[in-house]
Amino acid sequence: MDFINHQLFIKDINLHIDPILPKKTAIITHGHADHARFGHNHVIATRQTIDIMKIRYGDKCAKKFTTLRYGQKYSIKNFNFTLYPAGHILGSAQVLIEKDNHRLVITGDYKVGKDETCKNFKLIKCDTLITEATFGLPIFQHPNPNDEIQKLIQSVKINKHNCHIVGAYALGKAQRVMNLLRQQNYNKTIYIHGSLKKLCEYYSKEKINIGKFEKVSSKDKNFYEGKIIIAPPSALKDRWSRRFPNPIICMASGWMTVKQRAKQQGIELPLVISDHSDWNELLDTINKSKAKNILITHGQEDALVYYCKQQNLVSKPLSIQGRSDEEIE
Amino acid sequence: MKKFSSLLHNLILTPSRNTKIKLLQDYFKTLDINRAYALAILSNQLSFQFIKASKLRELVYEQVDQHLFDYSYDYVGDLAETISLIWPTKKEGKSENLSNLIENIKKIEKSEINTEFSKILSRLSNNERWTLIKICTGGLRIGVSERLVKTALADLYNKSVNEIEEIWHGLEFPYENLFQWLKNETSKPKIDFRKLFHPMMLANPIDEEKDFKRLDANEFQAEYKWDGIRVQLMVASKSVSLYSRTGDNISSAFPEIIETTKGDAVIDGELLAGRSFKPSGFNDLQQRLNRKKASKDLQKKFPVFIRAYDILFYKGKDLRKLSLFERRKYLEKFQKENKTNQIDLSFIINFSTWEELTKYKNNFHGDLNEGVMIKLKNSEYLPGRKKGYWYKWKKNPKLVDAILMYAQRGHGKRSSYYSDFTFGVWKENELVPIGKAYSGYTDKELLVLDKFIRNNTINKFGPVREVKKEIILEVAFDDVFPSTRHKSGVAMRFPRIHRIRWDKPVNEVLTISEFKKEFKLS
Repeated sequence: MDFINHQLFIKDINLHIDPILPKKTAIITHGHADHARFGHNHVIATRQTIDIMKIRYGDKCAKKFTTLRYGQKYSIKNFNFTLYPAGHILGSAQVLIEKDNHRLVITGDYKVGKDETCKNFKLIKCDTLITEATFGLPIFQHPNPNDEIQKLIQSVKINKHNCHIVGAYALGKAQRVMNLLRQQNYNKTIYIHGSLKKLCEYYSKEKINIGKFEKVSSKDKNFYEGKIIIAPPSALKDRWSRRFPNPIICMASGWMTVKQRAKQQGIELPLVISDHSDWNELLDTINKSKAKNILITHGQEDALVYYCKQQNLVSKPLSIQGRSDEEIE
Repeated sequence: MKKFSSLLHNLILTPSRNTKIKLLQDYFKTLDINRAYALAILSNQLSFQFIKASKLRELVYEQVDQHLFDYSYDYVGDLAETISLIWPTKKEGKSENLSNLIENIKKIEKSEINTEFSKILSRLSNNERWTLIKICTGGLRIGVSERLVKTALADLYNKSVNEIEEIWHGLEFPYENLFQWLKNETSKPKIDFRKLFHPMMLANPIDEEKDFKRLDANEFQAEYKWDGIRVQLMVASKSVSLYSRTGDNISSAFPEIIETTKGDAVIDGELLAGRSFKPSGFNDLQQRLNRKKASKDLQKKFPVFIRAYDILFYKGKDLRKLSLFERRKYLEKFQKENKTNQIDLSFIINFSTWEELTKYKNNFHGDLNEGVMIKLKNSEYLPGRKKGYWYKWKKNPKLVDAILMYAQRGHGKRSSYYSDFTFGVWKENELVPIGKAYSGYTDKELLVLDKFIRNNTINKFGPVREVKKEIILEVAFDDVFPSTRHKSGVAMRFPRIHRIRWDKPVNEVLTISEFKKEFKLS
């Protein structure tokens, strides 16, 4: 595993995984902006990740694209690469790297739970596991997302003269919230912030059930009473949100576990809906992977490193430049 | 319990005052059995020191690894919330009602606390656990003041909040007489006013630019503002008791006052340390605070006295509706009749223009007065911080530039931000910490500091981060005292971050001996 450095760079073949700066060859795990960037020479990813990159950055965001199906092997010299579903968002993948009988898995961002908006996470046995740790503290034990979405549905029923604005990241979370609403038989039109439109259309095209949606427009103020509006978190505090009648500010995120966090951000109805694994899922993945060597990135590494050491696993944090905790989509 | 915990959950997340009032009213409207407990809890009246924070930690360490808990607590910044989240959820039990739960907890034998309380925590939901721990440890911090609870009740039953306020401290759990009166089933509860604490009248900070233009100096009187603790002294023929500003009975800690006071009155004043009515500073008073008792020795070493500001009752007569001017006459009368070595009167400053008052604010009494109080001569004695009657005008703070050394995450609304800062000055080639501050900065400055700390940590000691010595903070503080407890030999009173000195290089910060010289400590 010495072949890869702390920046997820494989020097032997000049290949990066999720690099921040433009590089020659880049494997991209998924379309979130802290993983997928503009300007690489050659991008290797799932078809959906490539589609998403093109939607976000334009068709020419990389010079060359190589599409890999889940499970399809791709070789460069004596390195074999295979992508497996990560269950994070549509198109998200883990990367299995095989070299000289050593199996290394980079999970990227992943979620173990069930999700209708993407292929579900597949566990891969390996020798070295590089796992994310966004929610790497035992306080994070995500509740059933259906119960959380019911809170929203109930609040809409009770507060007939308010509109509910749900903060959700434009890629993945927004569509997941919509899909969860549909699973709970909420069949009304869902209104969306303009920045969500293209991605929602793409999800629809990919046959993800997000139901009927419509871009928010300058209608009569009262029109939005009793409606659900989905917007990126940045819009919640913006002037944009003030045009609506008595908005109740909601947020769909794993961070909403902590009340004080919700309060700090002015969230009145926190919905604990996460696209990352919680503490137990992280531990479960580490244990079931059978990896003896665990490297931990993204977020609350300390507690997870401590846990691994307790289990006699070799473990250390891997600090990837350009990403700090709590700024992750 | 489910309902009450979701009430608290909603209250903490609602920014709107009106929504809070509505939530409270909805709760009080429907629940008869639990409302007394709810009211006691929301107004901090439930004296229920059943379990301490240290005990809770002990219990949680039985459930989860200590290090993992500590990492989590550091992240969350709230003990009750960390425990409620990290506690392994067993099968959730049937929801219990609030009053039964509390009654049951009260019945637990001391020797059984650990097992019984753990069992209860295990069968509650996250949110209920959080609520119960908050109740048990006291201090909800959910952004609901006692006043707001009273306002909600008053509005719900068409009473005025001042009427509730007047009788409030004479009411007792389970508040039957209050609720009956609110519902018009009985008349207003009768209360012996001499035996209960009366909420104090408080001052607002003066806005030098606006207020002095607007206010007529002739209508106001001024007194020195003293740096002690505000107290209320209740003197009835045979019993004397002393209350702190929050209504806690602190009589037992100040026997010299209780034993010597005579007469029949309720006095409002400042408790100060000092001999022969010469204040000696807050540091001396500190030696007497937060104690249950005071030995003869301690009384001798740190004597205290009360500087009287105001009088609320005199010989059973309620003076609160009289003007301050009138009340002062009664206060002087009381003092003449009952002279002791423990009570003197606050001095009234003679001034005719605001400019004239400035010199009293800044220079008089050296460092011992904090500034001046400006009070409308015509003011009734009104509970709370009403606008337009009493103002405080503080001296300009002292300032020092110091280097940011360590940071820790904050609690409550600042949880997860690095918002507690330790700063220091030079001692030869190293830095020695002189104080710690967690306020004063703007939200923007906090974000900048937080980011700096995350990116410039050179060492971690548990939750404390040591940072590169690059940031200079201008620290404002009220006073500084010599201290044997701190390495630097100094202790600051109320330090806060005034601004960040981007312009100043770290080598221009004072040395500790220069610092002591400047503030006359050596």
